[in-house]
Parts: sequence; C-alpha cells; structure tokens
Amino acid sequence: MSSMLSTRGLTRSFGGLLAVNDVDFQVERGEIHAILGPNGAGKSTLINLLSGEIPPTRGEIVYRGSAIQGKKAHQVARLGIGRSHQKTNIFPRLTCLQNCQLAARIHHGGVIGSWRSRKRAKEVDERALAALDTCGLVPRAHTLSSGMSYGEQRQLQIAMVLATQPQLMLLDEPMAGMGREETDQVADLLKRLSSDYTIVLIEHDMDSVFRLADRITVMVDGCVLESGSTDSIRASDSVRDVYLGRHDSGQDDASDDIDDRPQRREVAP
Amino acid sequence: MLHRYPKRVTFLLLAGLALLIAYPAWGPALFGESSAFFMEKLTLMLIFALFAVSLDLLVGILGLVSLGHALFFGLGAYTLAMASPDFSPASLWWMLPLVMLVTGAVAAIVGVLVLRTKGIFFIMTTLAFGQMLFYTVSTSSMTGGTDGVFIMFRPSLAMGETPLVDLDNPLTFFYFCLALLVAVYLILRALTRSHFGQVLDGIHDNEHRMQALGYATTGYKLIAFVVSAMIAGVAGMLAAMQYGFANPAQLGWHHSGEVLMMVILGGMGTIFGPILGAFAYELLLYFYEHLTNHWPILMGMTIIVAVLVLPRGIAGLLLDPPGRKTSLFGPWSAARDAQQAERVASASQASAGKSAGEVSS
Repeated sequence: MSSMLSTRGLTRSFGGLLAVNDVDFQVERGEIHAILGPNGAGKSTLINLLSGEIPPTRGEIVYRGSAIQGKKAHQVARLGIGRSHQKTNIFPRLTCLQNCQLAARIHHGGVIGSWRSRKRAKEVDERALAALDTCGLVPRAHTLSSGMSYGEQRQLQIAMVLATQPQLMLLDEPMAGMGREETDQVADLLKRLSSDYTIVLIEHDMDSVFRLADRITVMVDGCVLESGSTDSIRASDSVRDVYLGRHDSGQDDASDDIDDRPQRREVAP
Repeated sequence: MLHRYPKRVTFLLLAGLALLIAYPAWGPALFGESSAFFMEKLTLMLIFALFAVSLDLLVGILGLVSLGHALFFGLGAYTLAMASPDFSPASLWWMLPLVMLVTGAVAAIVGVLVLRTKGIFFIMTTLAFGQMLFYTVSTSSMTGGTDGVFIMFRPSLAMGETPLVDLDNPLTFFYFCLALLVAVYLILRALTRSHFGQVLDGIHDNEHRMQALGYATTGYKLIAFVVSAMIAGVAGMLAAMQYGFANPAQLGWHHSGEVLMMVILGGMGTIFGPILGAFAYELLLYFYEHLTNHWPILMGMTIIVAVLVLPRGIAGLLLDPPGRKTSLFGPWSAARDAQQAERVASASQASAGKSAGEVSS
C-alpha cells in the first residue's frame, strides 16, 4: 500500500498553545483512518491543517508524493482532498441538488470556466445526482436544504464532498448529534464509500469507530499518543488509561461516549 | 431557484417600463407646464436606479456592505468631465468604454485591498477609499476643487458624421438612460441566475465553505466588485451629463449612504428591488423637501419604519404580499417562527442525543 497522505513534524500553535504538536501521521490508500481523542486534543486543528484552512507553524504535509503545506483551502480541495465540517455547513437557500451541483462544478475552471460550464451542465448534474444517490438523498433532490432534517443535512454534507470527486475525504464528526438509526445509516454509508475512497474520520461514537476504522490514531493534547490497527488500539493500555481512566476489568469496553468521561491523564509532551 | 421571482414582479416591472416609455403621453396632461421638470426628475431617478442596482450586486448579492460606492459614481462623472474637450462634444462611443475602463481599473486596485476584509472592516476600508478620493478631488485645482468641473458639451452619439440620437434633447436622454437601465438589469439578472451568480450567493452565505469546496472566492468577489464599480461609473457619467458638471459631492460618503438607503428601502439582493427603492427614495425626498426644511428627520423616520415593517424592502412586499400567511407585523412573526423552529430543532436534537446515549451505555 502506498501512502496517500503523510505528515512530518506537523505543528500548529495558537499563541502559547500548541494545538497540534509535532505530529507524524500517515494515511494509507483505501483505508478508513479514524482520529480519536478527548475534546481539545487537536483533532479538528489537524484536519484544518490537512485541508489547508489554516497554515501550519512547522512541519510538512505530503499528499500523493508532493508537499502541500502552505497551499490554500481551495487549492487543496482541487487536489482531491474533500472535507466536511463539524458544524453543519450547507447552503440553506439552495436545494439539495443545487448544493451538490455547486460542489460538482469546482473542477470546471476558475472564474472564467464558470461561464462556460453551462455546456457541461449535464456532466455536473450527473455527478451531483450520483453523489446524492450514494447518500440516499435522491428523493430529497429538490427540497430546500434548510427544510431538511438535521440528519439529512449531515448526509448532504457528505454528498457535497463526494460531488467534488475527492480521492481523500476528511470527515469531521459526520455523525455528531445524530440518533442511533441515523448514525448507523451514516456508518453504512462510510463503509460503502471506503471501497472507493480513502477516509480520515474524526468521530466520538466509539461503536462506529471500532466497527468502521481500519486504523486509528489517538491524539492527546496535540500529540499522537498511539497509532495502529483497530485491534492494537483496543488492546493498548495507554489509550485505555486516557479514555476510560484506570480500568481493571480485562474486557475492553470502549463503547462509552468519551464526552461523558471528562477525566483524562495529562501526558507529558 | 434563487433570483427567480413570481410573474407579478415581471408584470409590475413591465408595467412600470411601459408607464415610463409613455411619459410624453401622460406627463404634460398631468403636470402641465412643469412636465419637463418632472421628466428631468425621472431621468435622475433612472440614473440613481442604475447606481442602486450596481450597489445591490455588492450589498445584496455578495453580502458586502460598502460605504464607498460613490467613489466609482464620482469617478465616472469626473472621467467624463476631465476627458471632455472644451469646445466640442466628446463621442460617447469612446467615452463610455473609457469611463468603464477607468472605474474598472480603479475598482480592481481598490478591490484587491478592500476584499481582504469583511463586515465592519469592509465598510471602513471602502469608506476610507471613498473619502481619500473625495478629499483629493475637492482640494486639487486640477479638478476644480469644491466647485467641480463643468462639462461644456454633452457627449454625442453619432455614426460617422450623422448623429444617431440627440442626447441634448431631454426626452431622448431620458429614453437613453431608460434603455441603459433595462440593459444593465437584464445583464445582472442573467448574471445572478448563472453559475457565477450561484457562487456569489454561496460566498454570501458561507465563504469559508466555498473555499473548502474548492472555490477561489477572492477572484469571484473581485470580478463582482469590478462589474459593480463599472455600472456605478456609468451611472455617474450619466449624472454628470444630466447636471452638466462633476462635483465632489457626487463621490462623498453622504452619497454612498444615500444609495445604500435606496438599496435597503427597495430590497437587498433582488436587483429589481433597488430600482423601486431609487424611485421611492427620490419621490419621498421630493415630497418631504416641499413639506418642510427639516426633511431629513422625516426621511430618517421613514427609513426606520421601512426597515422595521419591511425588512426585505419594497421587493419583499411583492414577493410575500401581506395577508398571505404573514401578518402585517411580518418581521416580528417571522422572528417568532424562527424561535419556535429553533426550539423544536434543539428539542429533537436533545432527544436524539439522549436516545443515542441510552443505546450506547
């Protein structure tokens, strides 16, 4: 397997706070790579660095063989790194389909290309519809996105990322705030997507993470605590300490929502 | 679909257009001797409508409130005044492109700087650029200082030696302005409905998200800014032709504020609204000026009431006529509805979260 994305010594500080501290991180082609960590561990900052929304203070990001640190968000997106946000981030005045069309058109040149794109409208429509279809939103295609349920809006967000034809998807808590049924739906969706896309996933729902992920990186206080296969993370003592506190029963019980467990051990940098 | 409006809007706009075209038929009958005066008033309204429409592209469509848009209006006026020969009329064939070129070029430079900012900072930087030119022009002897520059001959529109239309004729000039307004309206309508327009809407709603999708938003904003400035420049040129001079007041921030009020009064982001706003504002102004010397008080109160009762301006009145599901107190009931929807949403989210917690624990 060739590495899709890797970082070396990636660091970002906000004033005196090291939000992401010397992170070496690798995503292999075709895997679902989950990032776990307590609130404030730097997961979202890491995603923001990878997607170019904020520039790193230090370190490098290599995507498919070339360094991309310092590139702007829209440049990174055009290279094939699509991302969704933690906060629902759709265009409420547009319909479901229009949201996806907007996303699908990014490859049609710059400002000038946007005038020509009428010719390629069919192609855009097909791509947008395909993205909606994958996410099961075709019946809602002509619904104003502000009028959809919260769960549907979250799925639309994933559909929009798909419509940009990414190679790598960075999904920041795609299941946040969803009910169990919807969570399962999204988990199934991600499972299906994993055959075609490489996915980096931040998620708090432990059940889903352990069910979906091929590999997991655990972050604490801006640093990588541990990175490895799902099984090795499940078995790791240090991860268990951070997440579950001291826990003497041999059986792993990682299905608790970590937000309910504020206690965490400070790890020396 | 965004920027597609009910048929009654098209109907009303066409009716208004017909009414204006037919002015020579009903004007003299209604106003008698002062009919020519009212036609000049109408011409000015058309020019301000053009100016307001250009600002709407920035304020309403792109969501960037500018307090320096008169910069481009005044620049258009001064370009005409400075470039006009003293003893013969200039040709509009090259004057119009020149005005657009100058305002467009200045807008490109100003735009690169101001479009880095948002919100209050955008307001302040546009204001600063506007005032910069205002003070330069009003203190420079080259531009006639506070007196401005007189235009001895109105530019002419001729094909070779034969004049096409006589712009010195007030009625012809009135039709000329009307034709330009209609043309600009149709162009902007097409633009807002195009993919380019959709990107502008996206930037208005959430620029950050547009960037994350892969749009280089600055380029789009700059083009909209330049287009908007060029239209404002043409409006300024027409105003200078109408008045016969270019004056620093045309590019001061007072003027920027006035056109902003037209846009707000008419309905932001609808393109047709600001046209109605410009007419309404000028009519009110005319009415209040004759009523009292303290007309700004009345004008201010009118704007306040208009914003409270018609948050979407006159256009909103057409798009959601009162009595159709919204009450007379539209804004308040709308706010109440929004609150209710939010409560419902947060309640359902809380219950969803709870059920998720129950299952996982």
